[in-house]
Amino acid sequence: MGNSRRSFLKVAGITALGIGTKPVLDVFASSGGHGAEPKPEVSQNEEALTAKKWGMVIDTRKFHSAEDLDPIIEACHKIHNVPELTEPKHEIMWLWGDEYKHVFTHKEHELINDRIKHLPFLVLCNHCEKPACVRACPTKATFKRDDGIVLMDFHRCIGCRFCMAACPYGSRSFNFRDPRPFIKEENKDFPTRMKGVVEKCNFCAERLAVGKMPACVEASNGAITVGDLDDPESEVRELLRSNYTIRRKPDLGAGPSVYYIV
Amino acid sequence: MLELALKGDKKYWGWVIALLAVIGVAFAVYLKQLDFGLGITGMSRDVSWGFYIAQFTFLVGVAAGGVMVVLPRYLHDYKAFGRITILGEFLAIAAVVMCLLFIIADLGQPMRAFNVILYPTPGSVLFWDMIVLNGYLLLNIVIGWNVLEAERNNIHYAKWVKPLIITSIIWAPAIHTVTAFLYCGLPGRGFWMTAILAPRFLASAFAAGPALLILLCLIIRKVTKFDPGREQIQSLAKIVTYAIIINVFFLLCEVFVVFYSRIPSHMSHMQYLFAGLHGHGALVPWMWTSMALMATSIVLLVIPATRKNESVLAFTCVILFIGTWIDKGMGMISGGFVPNPLHHVTEYMPTLPEILITLGVYATGLLVLTILFKVAVGVKEEAGGLKDTCESC
Amino acid sequence: MYDKNKIVVGLVIFVAIVTFPFWYNLGKASSAPEPKLSEKAKAAKECVVPKKDMKQEHMQILDLWRDTVVRDANRIYKTGKGKTFNMSLSTGEDSCMGCHENKAEFCDKCHNYASVDPYCWDCHIAPKEKKPEENK
Repeated sequence: MGNSRRSFLKVAGITALGIGTKPVLDVFASSGGHGAEPKPEVSQNEEALTAKKWGMVIDTRKFHSAEDLDPIIEACHKIHNVPELTEPKHEIMWLWGDEYKHVFTHKEHELINDRIKHLPFLVLCNHCEKPACVRACPTKATFKRDDGIVLMDFHRCIGCRFCMAACPYGSRSFNFRDPRPFIKEENKDFPTRMKGVVEKCNFCAERLAVGKMPACVEASNGAITVGDLDDPESEVRELLRSNYTIRRKPDLGAGPSVYYIV
Repeated sequence: MLELALKGDKKYWGWVIALLAVIGVAFAVYLKQLDFGLGITGMSRDVSWGFYIAQFTFLVGVAAGGVMVVLPRYLHDYKAFGRITILGEFLAIAAVVMCLLFIIADLGQPMRAFNVILYPTPGSVLFWDMIVLNGYLLLNIVIGWNVLEAERNNIHYAKWVKPLIITSIIWAPAIHTVTAFLYCGLPGRGFWMTAILAPRFLASAFAAGPALLILLCLIIRKVTKFDPGREQIQSLAKIVTYAIIINVFFLLCEVFVVFYSRIPSHMSHMQYLFAGLHGHGALVPWMWTSMALMATSIVLLVIPATRKNESVLAFTCVILFIGTWIDKGMGMISGGFVPNPLHHVTEYMPTLPEILITLGVYATGLLVLTILFKVAVGVKEEAGGLKDTCESC
Repeated sequence: MYDKNKIVVGLVIFVAIVTFPFWYNLGKASSAPEPKLSEKAKAAKECVVPKKDMKQEHMQILDLWRDTVVRDANRIYKTGKGKTFNMSLSTGEDSCMGCHENKAEFCDKCHNYASVDPYCWDCHIAPKEKKPEENK
């Protein structure tokens, strides 16, 4: 199985570094050989939601004011222990709202209709097809999963912030200080972060893994849909088929996976 | 040879102790930064790189600038520079040491710095930057030390050093090219997205590095018995002249492209730096000062009479160094972050702790430089490179 | 020999400084603590691997687990004996802390003794200690 070979290689790597020795190999890779005990296995949860290429469609017609966004943002930030910092320079944001001219910088014009001009648009990590942040990261602390989700490994991040310079969407935040004192109510099922690492939207990878939809989807009353962009039968594909949608800065070629119906 | 750095007069030791004191204070502030996080700096979510990375960028230039004495000496066999190549190489060592320290100071999790080696990522420019900087450091230590030791023993340096010297000549532009690639390959950062960024970096490097070397030569002549030589200083001055003119030319090329095309995502950064944007213009006076200093230095360098007058030259080198430092050490990095990708303006100014840590790194570099130059000059004095014998060189 | 006295004095000072940790701690050695198992852990008898291996290798196992979860999206670990675990430090009933409920008695006791300071709890939230007297 691909997975056990992969973990074997990882263990072999650790062993080569002299950190661990034979006993570790016994744990993960050997058993099968002696005795009747089968090898240990790793797998996903049975109920996990999977896709070939995750994507999101936001129907902005269903939002009318900043207040409509608040519960969605709150759901996201609460569940992920995103701190509320008082100093704006140190702000951490996974999901937030901004005006059309700031979100779609290449598409704005003076005479755009009033609804769109003053409508707040939800912004988050675009989980790009060719993410510039992943290219920039010197430790693979940020990486793209096979299913298209761009993730952070907080254990590995050295805090160089190259990814923040690389991201053309301003989707990344840095922990300029210990975030814990600024988390009002800790969700103990999700870790907080420590000072000195970068963070961003994780497409609720931890929820998809146990069969739940992302928190923003649940809180959006149907305004946000996520699904498999590679599956023509999926709900997101149906929405993309039947509506005119735009993406942020498509001209940069990063291939954002978040679509907006305007 | 290091023992040469242990023999010095009161002034020497006073200088060393003063540097150590600055380093001590800065280290205490750094411990504070380690404890609190990078929040003690002026950096923000929008301007996520600041003073540290800017100094790093500038000093990579100074390090690369050292090659401007090594190259004529070894590739063109320009003998006069033989007297001062060691100064160029040792300056490069001190500059690279500072670069590495600035990178460490800028990391959010410096204890994990080795992750860059544990999980090597050849797709990341920072990975290559780590390699080229450490490589350049090593090259200069090996070359500088061997050549100087040979000079002390009055023999020719070992044969295997020559290929290393050639390597280091190619390596020097590489370090600044890779450093430019950190910035110019980032989508959505219009200010840096220019193929001319690496050449621009090199031009300002070959101006600032040798200008600093001229100043160091003049100081050495004053405080030691070794004279780096008038011809050497004048040759360096010519290199500085060409380099600073090319640097300003490149800058004007940028200005044309940006303002004639009028593409907002490229233009807004320049507007911010030179005119202010949406009422924010903290860097405007700095940038115009930089322009004025660079322009003045060009005039003073181009006119033979002012270039050949060493007092005027010293003044020129000082203003040129400050001018290029502002351009690269203040404007180049935060200019790229303002406005941010969503076209919001968040300004950046370094805080006091940030400046203190920066001074500490500079003091460390100066200490390394002082010790290395003390050794080099000690060898030169022993070898009889005294003022009176200088006319022949 | 030049400066014989100076050299001897220097050597004595050097040896004294180098051996400082040994004589400073002389007689203070305490026996290694045993982590206290929760009722739940006792009932389960065996963890992911036998106790002895767990003692030696839990750090490597945790390291592998976190890479497997974070990077490969696999969260379930099935041992050779067919027991399954949720590869998580602190989320859910079948995570590490779901069973080893008391961080102070289970983790800290040995870590303090061995003077290791893993940064797990900088981010992961430790389960609330249930007995108030253990919070001291």
